[in-house]
Amino acid sequence: MSHDSLLLSGAAWFGPDGTARAGDVLIQAGRISEVGRVAAPSGTERVDADGLVLLPGFVDLHTHLREPGREDAETIASGSRAAAAGGFTAVLAMANTSPVTDTGEAAERVLDLGRLAGLVDVVPVGAVTKDLAGAELAELALMHRSRARVTVFSDDGRCVGDPRVMRRALEYIRAFGGVISQHSQDPDLAGPQACCHEGELSGRLGLPGWPPVAEASIIARDVMLAEHTGSRVHVAHVSTAEGLDVVRWAKARGVAVTAEVTPHHLALGTELLASYDPVYKVNPPLRPTEHQEALREGLVDGTIDAVATDHAPHARHDKEHAFVDAAFGMLGLETAFAVVHDLLVRTGRMSWADLARVMSIAPARIASLGEHGRPIAVGEPANLVLVDPAAGLTVDRDSSQSLSRNNPWHARSFTGAVHLTILRGRPTAREGVPTAC
Amino acid sequence: MVRVVDARTVLESADVARALTRIAHEVLEQNKGSDRLVVLGIPTRGVSLAERLARRLGEIEGTPVPHGCLDVTMYRDDLRRAPLRPVGSTALPEGGIDDRTVVLVDDVLYSGRTIRAALDALIDLGRPRAVRLAVLVDRGHRELPIRADHVGKNLPTSRAERVMVRLVEVDGEPDSVTIAPGPTLAGSPS
Amino acid sequence: MRRHLLSSADLSADEVRMLLATAAEMHEVQRREVKKLPTLRGRTVINLFFEDSTRTRSSFEIAGKWMSADTINITGKGSSASKGESLRDTVRTIDAMAVDCLIIRHMASGAAHQVAQWVDASVVNAGDGTHEHPTQALLDAYTMQRRMGDLAGRRIAIVGDLTHSRVFRSNAITLRTLGAEVVLVAPPTLLPSGIDSWARADGLELSAELDEVLASGPDAVMMLRVQRERMSGGFFPTPREYTVGFGLTRDRLRALADANPEAVICHPGPMNRGLEISADAADAARSLVLDQVSAGVAVRMAVLYHLLAAEEVAA
Repeated sequence: MSHDSLLLSGAAWFGPDGTARAGDVLIQAGRISEVGRVAAPSGTERVDADGLVLLPGFVDLHTHLREPGREDAETIASGSRAAAAGGFTAVLAMANTSPVTDTGEAAERVLDLGRLAGLVDVVPVGAVTKDLAGAELAELALMHRSRARVTVFSDDGRCVGDPRVMRRALEYIRAFGGVISQHSQDPDLAGPQACCHEGELSGRLGLPGWPPVAEASIIARDVMLAEHTGSRVHVAHVSTAEGLDVVRWAKARGVAVTAEVTPHHLALGTELLASYDPVYKVNPPLRPTEHQEALREGLVDGTIDAVATDHAPHARHDKEHAFVDAAFGMLGLETAFAVVHDLLVRTGRMSWADLARVMSIAPARIASLGEHGRPIAVGEPANLVLVDPAAGLTVDRDSSQSLSRNNPWHARSFTGAVHLTILRGRPTAREGVPTAC
Repeated sequence: MVRVVDARTVLESADVARALTRIAHEVLEQNKGSDRLVVLGIPTRGVSLAERLARRLGEIEGTPVPHGCLDVTMYRDDLRRAPLRPVGSTALPEGGIDDRTVVLVDDVLYSGRTIRAALDALIDLGRPRAVRLAVLVDRGHRELPIRADHVGKNLPTSRAERVMVRLVEVDGEPDSVTIAPGPTLAGSPS
Repeated sequence: MRRHLLSSADLSADEVRMLLATAAEMHEVQRREVKKLPTLRGRTVINLFFEDSTRTRSSFEIAGKWMSADTINITGKGSSASKGESLRDTVRTIDAMAVDCLIIRHMASGAAHQVAQWVDASVVNAGDGTHEHPTQALLDAYTMQRRMGDLAGRRIAIVGDLTHSRVFRSNAITLRTLGAEVVLVAPPTLLPSGIDSWARADGLELSAELDEVLASGPDAVMMLRVQRERMSGGFFPTPREYTVGFGLTRDRLRALADANPEAVICHPGPMNRGLEISADAADAARSLVLDQVSAGVAVRMAVLYHLLAAEEVAA
């Protein structure tokens, strides 16, 4: 059953100038058609939004959907369900699939599978280098010219380590307004099995460490390259205070740099690794409190532009190895809003307008998604999310929409939950449950 | 319901001394003197009793009788039924036990399982000519075909009762044997 | 007693002392003609070694056999990840055979902790990556205590590649638990990350000058093995330079004897003679290297006794 029109009655939201608004929002034919006191036409589905907050639909700059190649861990369809449940209306699907998204055809396939699932706009990210090998540029312009219109490129999972390759890539994509999302981690500054923040705990646990300088030094190099080439660089999952300082310095200098942070780097600390539970193994690694606090501050003050999930599903058996052998990554799509809301909005450190900025407006702008992260106003596309700031959420990994269970938030409780996700006027998830399509 | 009944003293210090003296004479009579005798006590209180018995034997015969201790912990059949038992020490006198007559000494003979363990421990240490068993108290209720050669006092008890032996060297209070209501606790002498 | 022995930090001072006391009794058993005890009859102990170690494996194997346990060796070649089977599947397959105890050696730090979450059997950490080796620390403490008496207040230097040493990590914990003073000596590149705050928190002393530490008259000097692969890893320029800075050379042996005539030398083996320890030091009367090996079986018998010879505790 589908409705042509949807009325959100009694919602609260924020106008383009940031002022608080309240009233009814009527959605017709995929767009916002009326706001204020609305008399809905007959046949309109009415949603009681009293006490709920209406935000532009969330945009995730950093999602791993595993298809093609590891459909046992996640598919574009299952990842889309998780995204819709989490309040997302667009996700950028990372290129490190098998085969890698390094051609226009591969990008179009991801786009098409996303459309087929129909719950969220799945936007393919293209590889920077062929097969993510870090040596030769992938077909960057062909990916951009494809139906997928790829503008974000990343070798995520690996750092583009060779400075000459990074320079050429930045120069090349400038022509069509692309951006490189860099996994900033100098592989030569750590051992091949590095998997823990380098510090006292990694020393005690005997786990090979990633020093913060491995992140900061690559960010420093890349912002200088961005300045030199006049191109855009985006820092994926910044995780250290040092890395953040470099971003802050580069922004002050006028470099075209943006940065994202994950909910887990904001809220989970290195100390969790003391259990050797591979669910906490992620790259970059969880950092100690002082880094978490610096990242929160950086997000609040705007140095960090966006929250991105780095949703990284893994089949159970890929996590059931010894810690150094287990796969990197954790789930994040379904919990991102609750974590950020509970940590920063509920505590008063961020406003609802800030939350809309970091989870929707800024990421949409970074990825050049014109139909997402838009103001709530008549005529705008109805890519929206309605959240309940008072609802309690206790995470149960077994009730996830993802095919995987590597959920570090399992059994944790949060205040704040996604109530309704709307993509082009159509509800895609209600209270964590995706709609059939 | 718990009925509080005072512990009943069945042997006092002098009784313990008399019992040991009698046992010493019995041992010598059976062994026809103290030749090739070794007295081994089973920890904890058996060790003190063995020392006392060896001393008496030496006094009577005018020649020292070797004595030592034999820990049976690692030979017990009930390890998995109780919390961890500390391992005691085994110390054989100079000359060992081969071709000797070993008098095993314990305070209370009950199920016989400790003595079974002691016999196994002994066999691993050598080949005695004969093994005798001397106990201060035999309270009955045997679960194995084991019998003491020398008994200080036969004490009819019910399984519901507890026999407690106190020795001055171990407990710092005068020697005594008492019976109290309440089952024998795991790990206490049996 | 506990169900697993995963880290030296699991053991209280009382537990360490009780284990060492049990080990002393087990050591006596080793001198008997009949070394077999019936204590663990009918129990199955698996040595699951993913990494070669003839010394540790055979000492656990003999310990199990002398206590009448059925002892079986299983060798995992390479990491299970490379075989395609998960570590959890590997150990659960073995656990399904009604095993009582898994002795696990793995090249990955934390492997024993993880395995303990997955199996019903008792788990003993026989060395996990660069993390811990608790039975080695117990046997070192046992060996030193036999020679020196109570270790409380004794000064013990641990010298060498601390970063990659599980022997160091377990020894530092056990020695501090017993009240010893511990001083760590290593080149800066072989100090574990975060050692400054770690040393402060755990009351460990740090030094980069072996000669100064030897002149302070330590009661024991524990030399750690330098792995061959470290020599090409850029941790120090040449073996020669390492020996000059951190080797227990003939001259240093003399300096140690001058500073403390009773001082002893330990090495967990296998030794790189001429690199971290000179032949003179290895074979000196004050060297406890062979005593350490002989104590290995007794200590492991004590550990098996403590884990397996009492009523089951709730998981």
